[in-house]
Amino acid sequence: MAVTREDVVHIAALARLALPEERVPELVAQLNGILAHMDVLRKVDTTGVTGTAGIGDASTPLRPDTGPQIPLARPREAFAPQMRDGFFLVPRLATHETADEEETA
Amino acid sequence: MTTLSTPARAVTERYEMVVGLEVHVQLRTRTKAFCCCDTAFGAPPNTNTCPICLALPGTLPLLNAEAVRLAVRAALALGCTVHETSIFARKNYFYPDLPKGYQISQYDRPLATGGRIAIGKNADGTPITIGITRLHMEEDAGKSIHDRYGGATAIDLNRAGVPLIEIVSEPDMRSAREAVAYLKVLKQILEYIDVSDVNMEEGSLRVDANISARLRGETRLGTKTEVKNMNSFSGVERALEAEFVRQCTLLERGEKIHQQTMLWDGARGEVRPARSKEESHDYRYFPEPDLPPLRLDRAWIEQIRAELPELPQARQARFAESYALPAGDIEVLTANAKLADYFESVARQHGDAKSAANWVMGEVLAALNATGQSVEHFAVRPADLAKLLDLVRDGVVSHSAAKQIFAHMAETGDPPQQIAEREGLIQVRDADELARWVDEVLAENPTEAARFKNGEKKLLGVLVGLVMKKSKGRADPRRVNQLLSERGG
Amino acid sequence: MTTTTSAAEAVAASLRRMDEVKAGADGLNCILWSDREHALAEARAIDESRAQGPLAGVPFVAKDNIATLHLPTTCGSRILEGYVSPYQATVIRRLREAGAVLVAKTNCDEFAMGSSNEHSAYGPVRNPICPTRVPGGSSGGSAAAVAAGIVRIALGSETGGSVRQPAAFCGVVGVKPTYGRVSRYGLVAFASSLDQVGVFGATVDDAALAMEVIAGRDPLDSTSADVPVPRYRAAADRPLEGLVIGRPKEYFPPSLDPRIAALCDRALDALRAQGATVRDVSLPHTDLAIPVYYIVAPAEASSNLARFDGVRYGLRVTGDGLRGMYEATRSRGFGPEVTRRILLGTYVLSAGYYDAYYKKAQEVRTLIAQDFRTVFGNGVHALFTPTTPTPAFEFGAKADPYEMYLNDIFTATANLAGVPGISVPVGRVDGLPIGGQILAGHFEEMTMFQIAYALERALGAEAHR
Ligand SMILES: [Mg+2]
Ligand SMILES: [Zn+2]
Repeated sequence: MAVTREDVVHIAALARLALPEERVPELVAQLNGILAHMDVLRKVDTTGVTGTAGIGDASTPLRPDTGPQIPLARPREAFAPQMRDGFFLVPRLATHETADEEETA
Repeated sequence: MTTLSTPARAVTERYEMVVGLEVHVQLRTRTKAFCCCDTAFGAPPNTNTCPICLALPGTLPLLNAEAVRLAVRAALALGCTVHETSIFARKNYFYPDLPKGYQISQYDRPLATGGRIAIGKNADGTPITIGITRLHMEEDAGKSIHDRYGGATAIDLNRAGVPLIEIVSEPDMRSAREAVAYLKVLKQILEYIDVSDVNMEEGSLRVDANISARLRGETRLGTKTEVKNMNSFSGVERALEAEFVRQCTLLERGEKIHQQTMLWDGARGEVRPARSKEESHDYRYFPEPDLPPLRLDRAWIEQIRAELPELPQARQARFAESYALPAGDIEVLTANAKLADYFESVARQHGDAKSAANWVMGEVLAALNATGQSVEHFAVRPADLAKLLDLVRDGVVSHSAAKQIFAHMAETGDPPQQIAEREGLIQVRDADELARWVDEVLAENPTEAARFKNGEKKLLGVLVGLVMKKSKGRADPRRVNQLLSERGG
Repeated sequence: MTTTTSAAEAVAASLRRMDEVKAGADGLNCILWSDREHALAEARAIDESRAQGPLAGVPFVAKDNIATLHLPTTCGSRILEGYVSPYQATVIRRLREAGAVLVAKTNCDEFAMGSSNEHSAYGPVRNPICPTRVPGGSSGGSAAAVAAGIVRIALGSETGGSVRQPAAFCGVVGVKPTYGRVSRYGLVAFASSLDQVGVFGATVDDAALAMEVIAGRDPLDSTSADVPVPRYRAAADRPLEGLVIGRPKEYFPPSLDPRIAALCDRALDALRAQGATVRDVSLPHTDLAIPVYYIVAPAEASSNLARFDGVRYGLRVTGDGLRGMYEATRSRGFGPEVTRRILLGTYVLSAGYYDAYYKKAQEVRTLIAQDFRTVFGNGVHALFTPTTPTPAFEFGAKADPYEMYLNDIFTATANLAGVPGISVPVGRVDGLPIGGQILAGHFEEMTMFQIAYALERALGAEAHR
């Protein structure tokens, strides 16, 4: 299962990382180098073994349906890159006029 | 509904539509799914946000007990099996109104699976049922506003983190009409159990459809597309019809259906492919490490089941049996639980179900529609309406007086007896007084009186009317009738 | 900790020491952010209120990935440069409520991803014992601050050894609690199922005291456990009679530097002399820890770091449209190691690879955890191992990423299994500190501290020679 150039370009796109062309071969080599060490896992017999999902067998605690909300010690404007009228502003989506292809829920 | 042109109809008749729906329903909680922020609609942008739902570095989700309770309630009402262990998962994708860069949802271990609901009957009387594949909990995203500022999208995260359930059906629907019937029944059930506002226009109910077409008689499923962006039941119906026609036309031409997302454009009445992206969706689901598995006690689940109210279909059956009402009445009266409660309360206290039904379907609904009030806040309480109907039945007030009284009740909330007295609408049954009015009318209208006495029976109505007018509606028309007839010889 | 001086004097002394040892960018580079006036004002307020908290007036530092109200929280990353959290972490709140005064935030590998502190956007931290060498990582700044005598207590965080390993490299005490023992609220997530806040102490007692204050259930962290917190300092006086300490053979491979093995065996002898029984044990899946760790941790990290998108806080770099903004921000904001791990994590979670990598790794992780359960279920109370396979190395010595990852070989197991661990100085090799590690069962920190106190008592000054 070797990582290809296309794989790296694909996962970089998924992760929203712009990779300069010249860094791709190096990353392909590094990921393959690292993943080669993971091959040892394939030989481990895990028949009937459940994967660890969280530690212990506790249930997720439930909180009551009440406030108050956790306060912010400084206003959103103090940390937001761009705000207007209380909204966070981002560059407009290229696809906005067709509603939107990426789901929101 | 789209009217199909003749050639299109000819094509579509050879094909069968196969539809499954994914419905997102906003749960009615006070606070969000994973933080204590208010879920109230309409707050100024981003005021209902906190470190958790802003996804500030270092924050963690805290599950809302009420969201779990409502989700379990919904799952049980839809006939699902609620699992004692379910697991939250992260659905990873970038979108500016998704603050964490992932949505907390459930994936391979959902809260509930395997439900079924009946949506109507076939021609032969057998029920049409639709399977529910799964029901899981998740959180909503925020809102992106694209048209407010030039070149920029405005993000409001007030809705981000509001609790949702996603209800995924089996591909069991065979027409757009069935799909709408399913949605209506689903909405009605969810309203009955009071877990959501289920309002499509306000976004508390959202529908995505998976649709494919196949030649009639074929048992394999065709390639499906996903249709989104429908914001009313009629939009769902029209969108499915339009997409079905598109698919049938392609298949007829021997072309392939591409598995893709289609967007419904209600204004133009057409579906079009969402702009495809350079990379396919790859949500990289994995178990949410910030939330241990959700473990529910079987006894607790059963307690939630025991607390379920009577569901619409059970109620309809009982109304048919207990009140012997026609099917049309039952449909109107059970449209929502509050109205059905109202009717039952009136019927129980008054005794005559049919007359209770007529009043609720007539005067009550008309008054509610006129003012936009909800039945639970309606000024005329069931006990008072029952009393009014008692007054009519007992001849204390006339039917027409009762309508006047009802109008006053709707305005003031006063009891009917009090209004009847105040407005002088109690029927006068005192023989002497009635006789005096009759005699006065006969005396004041000598010509008509003479013709009537000479056997012109058709004048009876006119004379009764005059007596009623003189009595300002208080005379008992039956008695007046009787008295006049006696005078007429 | 008994303080005879006032809070203001203690904090002033700590600030003075920062200058003496050149703690800033021109020197050790262990301190990233501090606000002297604010710290002194807080100290004076404590003196005035005569607060009686267990840490009244004690200065401390915190790793830069723990949310604090008055100092930046950048995680050693450009993407959070200038970001000041509008809320504070539970551990910070608890320490402050106990009277401790935060004097600075410490340098670390970016987003805690590293074992050498060479991956901070703000430059590497120098090891106070030997400035040409790394202090370890990722909590290297906190370890160095304690080693340099700036504070006696420092907060760090652990994902695969990020407290114990730098503690070993710098010759101080470092604790990684049981998963769920300490709230993660306010700890910027690297790998959520592995992360824990940990503490550094100049002595075992310093670390035990800090742990007493920060441990315990927090309603703001759903993974924090509702288990009572004992008085860890009570472990100081407990004799070792009856304790069985396991010596796992996988942690003493033939390739291990014999001088390190010898120091560990000297430590075991000292424990035996105090009444403990030492038993050879095996944790057969140990060698799988690094492959498992370097799948699970990057996978979770790739998701945890998605929130750094330039929308709500932190760096924003303009690009072509929204997508361009995302990519420019994240590419400019994340350093090479973080980028590498995000890519690795995205890859192992992506369609078609999930089962082979992520799912498989979580299954093997279960086997690693079972190793611990088995050994602790068979009458062994704790394990003793070297903390690291080598002493602190020179800057740039580990150019190959995987070679660097192997530095966590003895520590990552505890994170995968969720068990607590402590590193205590056991001696020096070539003048460089060597740490011995004590691992115990879930929520058995008391046993861990008991042995650590005994070891410290037995080795005394030897541990630093
Ligand atoms: Mg969904
Ligand atoms: Zn919130």
